[in-house]
Amino acid sequence: MEETPHRRRAHTRSRDLERYAGLFAERTGVMRSSAMRDLMAITARPEVISLAGGLPDTSTFPAGTFAAQMTRIAQESTAEALQYGPTEGFAETVDCIVEVMGAEGMLPDPDDVIVTTGGQQAIDLICKTLIDPGDVVICEAPTYPGAVPVFCSYQAETIQIDCDEDGMCVEELEGVLAQLDSEDRRPKFVYSVPSFQNPAGVTLSLQRRRRLVELARQRELLLVEDNPYGLLRFGGEPLPPLYQLDGGDFVIYVGTLSKILSPGIRIGWAVAPPPVMEKIVLGKQASDLCTSTLTQHFVREYFAEGHWREYIDALIEIYRGRRDTMVEALREHFPAEATWTEPQGGLFIWATLPEYIDTGDLLAKALREDVAFVPGQAAYVDESRGRNSMRLNFSGVGDEEIREGVRRIGKTIAEQVELYAALTRKQPTESAREPQPAPRAESNSADVLPFRKAGEG
Amino acid sequence: MKVAVLKGGRSLERGVSLRSGARVEDALERLGHEAVPIDAGGDLVKRLLDELPDVAFVAMHGLGGEDGTVQELLEILGIPFTGPGVAACGRCMDKVLAKHELRDGGVPTPDWFAFNETAFRELGAADALGGLEERLGFPLVVKPSRGGSALGVKFAASWFEVPEALVSAFSYDSRVLLERFVEGRELAVSVLGTEALPVVEAIPTGGDRYDFEARYEIGRTEFACPAELSGEEESAVTSAALAAYEALGCSGFSRVDLILAEDGPQVLEVNAIPGLTDTSLLPQAAEAAGISFENLVERILELALKPAAA
Repeated sequence: MEETPHRRRAHTRSRDLERYAGLFAERTGVMRSSAMRDLMAITARPEVISLAGGLPDTSTFPAGTFAAQMTRIAQESTAEALQYGPTEGFAETVDCIVEVMGAEGMLPDPDDVIVTTGGQQAIDLICKTLIDPGDVVICEAPTYPGAVPVFCSYQAETIQIDCDEDGMCVEELEGVLAQLDSEDRRPKFVYSVPSFQNPAGVTLSLQRRRRLVELARQRELLLVEDNPYGLLRFGGEPLPPLYQLDGGDFVIYVGTLSKILSPGIRIGWAVAPPPVMEKIVLGKQASDLCTSTLTQHFVREYFAEGHWREYIDALIEIYRGRRDTMVEALREHFPAEATWTEPQGGLFIWATLPEYIDTGDLLAKALREDVAFVPGQAAYVDESRGRNSMRLNFSGVGDEEIREGVRRIGKTIAEQVELYAALTRKQPTESAREPQPAPRAESNSADVLPFRKAGEG
Repeated sequence: MKVAVLKGGRSLERGVSLRSGARVEDALERLGHEAVPIDAGGDLVKRLLDELPDVAFVAMHGLGGEDGTVQELLEILGIPFTGPGVAACGRCMDKVLAKHELRDGGVPTPDWFAFNETAFRELGAADALGGLEERLGFPLVVKPSRGGSALGVKFAASWFEVPEALVSAFSYDSRVLLERFVEGRELAVSVLGTEALPVVEAIPTGGDRYDFEARYEIGRTEFACPAELSGEEESAVTSAALAAYEALGCSGFSRVDLILAEDGPQVLEVNAIPGLTDTSLLPQAAEAAGISFENLVERILELALKPAAA
């Protein structure tokens, strides 16, 4: 647990932040950090059941296969696997990516693909390429919590469009675009996770997908489609990605192997029209020259075996079971006033509680019961929103823990609901339907308890 | 000298505490001491007995480390420790208790009411809330009685916002207080030994002054140290802070937070073990007094070992 004296000394002076504070770039001022982050830091305690993560299950990946593939890499391509590689990624990696996209009906030109260090880097590079401080970016409300700090660090002005069970309300988007027109402003792009959205778990309907792509064409507007979960469908009919509907003229596509193979290998990608791709490549050169060549070799070996679809099918079975367990537990343990999404794929459920419950505060209480979730505010740029919602992950922990975790959260919520009812002197269900506090007691002289006057003690 | 640096623990302020502790360890090593970092967990007593340090530097914040619990253990083990003792920690951690002590000691503090959760759940205390407007006025501040930083602290602009704010505050503690909101400048006075360090002023930069979280974010609050005060103001603020420190029985070091209103200072709370991170207020105040962080750590150790020398 303790660091060695040698290592500590190397760190010593870098901790004295104030000596450097005057040197910080302006954008560090808008990078987010808050009391909530400290709260999240303690969710890592081993005794905590964490439904807060976004971790795919990697425990069923066959160790034997992994060992054989890494051995083969060592035997056949050590020198290359330990060397730098092209910024765009190896052609063989791109072939695998084209295969994965083909499974969802997309046919990208391999020249339009760049391998990135996770999908997260793709989002970062797209912003680096397109965003000047003050530029408008549009995304969903709630949006992927990991995208928020990226938009913030490029100093974008982010507008969030509400979601319903059919994903982003494209009608509302049209209104916002018209409003921006009247101000003579144009968003740089619209960011969306159309399938099994993180965090809401909702999927953009076919009709809205068509309308969104049509809007992009009419207005020459760029869409950024982030699709980490598209292949993790447990139910319903597959829907065409925006990239497929549009053909790639106005859609920049972001993909990743994190959720269908491994997040640890950090392999993601972006597909963009050639002029945009040219800039993205320059941006990546500046960021990290190239994505890990070692893990690209692993990807090549893994796909060459030809069993990758079977592995995804196995994951789907696991996740479907866990989603069912979580939905069942929510029905049993969450109060009648709560609502939640029942996703047909992906990793997350989004639950919404009565308006008077702040899920950030609820987390503090839940942590005393050794259970954690992500408070909804993390999915909003304006932190005053999403206050009564939470993201629950069902992919990273087993059925038993899901049941117990949801039970504990439900208990904490029930206590809040009961307390609020006592505070407003209403029955819980009644108070939830119309969350209005009781009117001010007029007769306070009659039924006030004999409290000490402030200052008498 | 062998110094055990106690940090971390299970409190909600674990993150800040780890940063405070790390910084203290660096300073100790630069001073030539042997720093033994200990993340306060189930093996705390065993670690202390194994290490037998000359002194323990308590760099813990929030419940467990700042409320007298760890201090009590250190007393039992006979290990001298930095900062206030058991009783003072207990008084500072419980804002309601602290406010009673302050008022009894003649130290100005804003009017308040305190409620237990049971009062609402079992005794129908909600019926008593109607009198709040008259007695405290709006906006008012709702706080958990025990809890650090801004967690669970909410403003209620009107009667209708009170129940929601109470639900938030009760998430952190079973006792909460509703306090009169006092308009004024936000000041913090750190006390080292028996001496007040230069006053720090927290100035929100744009944004909402009712947003408590904002004031802990770099870039959303600016700190002026020393605060620009007239001689008269400074002496009123400093003596209120020293009176508060004394009323609560603090020793070693602590930080007093107050509001400078038109009619003088009002003490909000005393932090028994304030943050010692690179953005914390006590180190800033020390720096303004010409005391480097190393010197500050050395002074705090001296005060722990020879309280009389203060």
